[in-house]
Amino acid sequence: MKIVNTLPRAVTIKEVRVETEQVKTFVLDISVGAKPGQFVNVWIPGLDEKPFSVAMDNGSELHLAIAAVGPFSNKMHELKAGDRVGVRGPFGTRFTCKEGEHLAFLAGGYGAAPLYFFAHEAVAKACTVEFIVGARRKDLLLFTDRIEKLFSTSSALRSSLHVATNDGSAGHKGFNTEVLEEIVGKEKISCIYTVGPEIMMFKAMKLAQAKGIDAQISVERYMKCGFGICGNCCVDGLGVPTCIEGPVMPLKKVLKLRDFGSYHRDKLGKKIAF
Amino acid sequence: MADLSVEFCGIKFKNPLVLASGILGVTADSMANVVRCGAGGVTSKSLWPYEHMGHPNPVIITSEHWMLNAVGIPDAGPEKAREEIARFREVCDAPFIANIVGGVMDDYAQIASEVATMHPDMVEVNISCPNVEDELGKPMACSIGKSAEVTRLVKERLREAGSEKIPVVVKLSPNVEDIVSIASSVLDAGADGITAINSVGPGMVIDIDFARPVLANKVGGLTGPAIKPLSVKYVYDIYKAKKCPIIGTGGVTTGRDAIEMMMAGAGLVGVGSAVWLHGPEVFGKIAEEMNEWCDANGVKKISSLIGKAHENR
Ligand SMILES: Cc1cc2nc3c(=O)[nH]c(=O)nc-3n(C[C@H](O)[C@H](O)[C@H](O)COP(=O)(O)O)c2cc1C
Ligand code: FES
Repeated sequence: MKIVNTLPRAVTIKEVRVETEQVKTFVLDISVGAKPGQFVNVWIPGLDEKPFSVAMDNGSELHLAIAAVGPFSNKMHELKAGDRVGVRGPFGTRFTCKEGEHLAFLAGGYGAAPLYFFAHEAVAKACTVEFIVGARRKDLLLFTDRIEKLFSTSSALRSSLHVATNDGSAGHKGFNTEVLEEIVGKEKISCIYTVGPEIMMFKAMKLAQAKGIDAQISVERYMKCGFGICGNCCVDGLGVPTCIEGPVMPLKKVLKLRDFGSYHRDKLGKKIAF
Repeated sequence: MADLSVEFCGIKFKNPLVLASGILGVTADSMANVVRCGAGGVTSKSLWPYEHMGHPNPVIITSEHWMLNAVGIPDAGPEKAREEIARFREVCDAPFIANIVGGVMDDYAQIASEVATMHPDMVEVNISCPNVEDELGKPMACSIGKSAEVTRLVKERLREAGSEKIPVVVKLSPNVEDIVSIASSVLDAGADGITAINSVGPGMVIDIDFARPVLANKVGGLTGPAIKPLSVKYVYDIYKAKKCPIIGTGGVTTGRDAIEMMMAGAGLVGVGSAVWLHGPEVFGKIAEEMNEWCDANGVKKISSLIGKAHENR
């Protein structure tokens, strides 16, 4: 449904969970009806407003898993339960799947959070999920405990978690895309879902293309408005705003992008190579 | 099927609907997408002669009836503009209007010299953004004297670059005492036409829970359906006094709105905020609605409606 009124809503932080040394989950006292893959704009009055992928919206709480990487997210990490932020959205497109499919999820960076949200839906639709999470080291792996717990429920026993770390401290030593390659070589996967660094997603796109597998890819560009007016987040090739026709884009659209895997644009619209 | 094509300052448009400056106008490919969605032409985001930072977020807020924005005209400068305009030419043959802006007089001269060699179909001079201010004051350069001086400077630089054939329209602010006398002064200074209007205000929205203005810039320009009665009136007034080419802009979301704007005197109709309500597909929607209205009312050529409301007093 189209959101016409985009004024922020003041929302209280109910809880802050430390996930890794970089990532905290903020539990907000609101449901915005967000679906997996969508994002919300979070406003810290007096500082800035930034888009964040939704880690969970369970009808009463909104969860955001935020990595401290810049001035805004560092400020977020200083906030405590009881503090308030502004929220608007949800914006953008969502992940989708059909009943009973065999799916592969590829997560890097904070990507495990939105894909964990989507895993609930996939499992409820009797899908089997091969969930691959990658990080530099074991202690930076995100949401792996929770994913294992979800997959230990009786309806999800066929699904599995796969882990890759660059230093080999947990799971496969190397890139998570290598694990993906092995899985799609062995199993009949119907769709690859991926959120994380673009280089990783680019490899996943190439693999999907080569193997003739469908994919849904979370394409992220520098966003200002978040709802299709400012034009800062438009991708080259299709020329569409990723805040409206993304973040989640089907493989056939991503294949038409000229910038995907090669450059993005900064807040002035200038091209920056990956 | 009515003929929706128009000629404006000697340039042919397949329909009178042009993308207004500052909406989806950052990249060539996004403007080409707007043309695929049905626009007759596009206007770039305002181009500066140097890198220009915008305001922090939030920069745009909306309700059912209006949009309030203080994006602050971010831009990467002429090198990027040159690349994007060249790319637009490769992928799209619709008319391209380069909108230019500056903070001081010399900025307008510099950016005019730059765009002169980028071969836009038309140059639109933004002297009316309510969100930036420098030596030109607020609204920028909107005194009779300064607006004429900016116009002369831009025309002179285009001439020096051998691009005197590129028509120049000047985009005016409604936030002045007498918009018609400013229109008069820029036309006397050599402008080929007028764009009316830029955003209204500035206005403010306060979040009562945080007890502070929502926009980081506190104030922002008001656009969208709420301002249409104003834009129609200013276009009407300017046309009545000057009978010049006008890009009528402000609050147009439907075919009836666009026809109303043309009857007030607009030769082209700018559409911006409506993209929020309907996506870039709004251009195709409006064109279709104009066509239907023309068919139902026996209008063969849309251009016959320009200034029509002035015939009935
Ligand atoms: C988000 C936004 C950004 C804008 N940026 C510019 C700009 O850079 N230069 C300019 O001349 N006008 C700018 N405008 C004004 C529009 O071009 C147009 O004159 C105004 O929005 C009225 O039309 P509308 O009601 O159809 O939006 C901007 C408007 C909006 C909503
Ligand atoms: S962020 Fe403004 S158009 Fe997408």
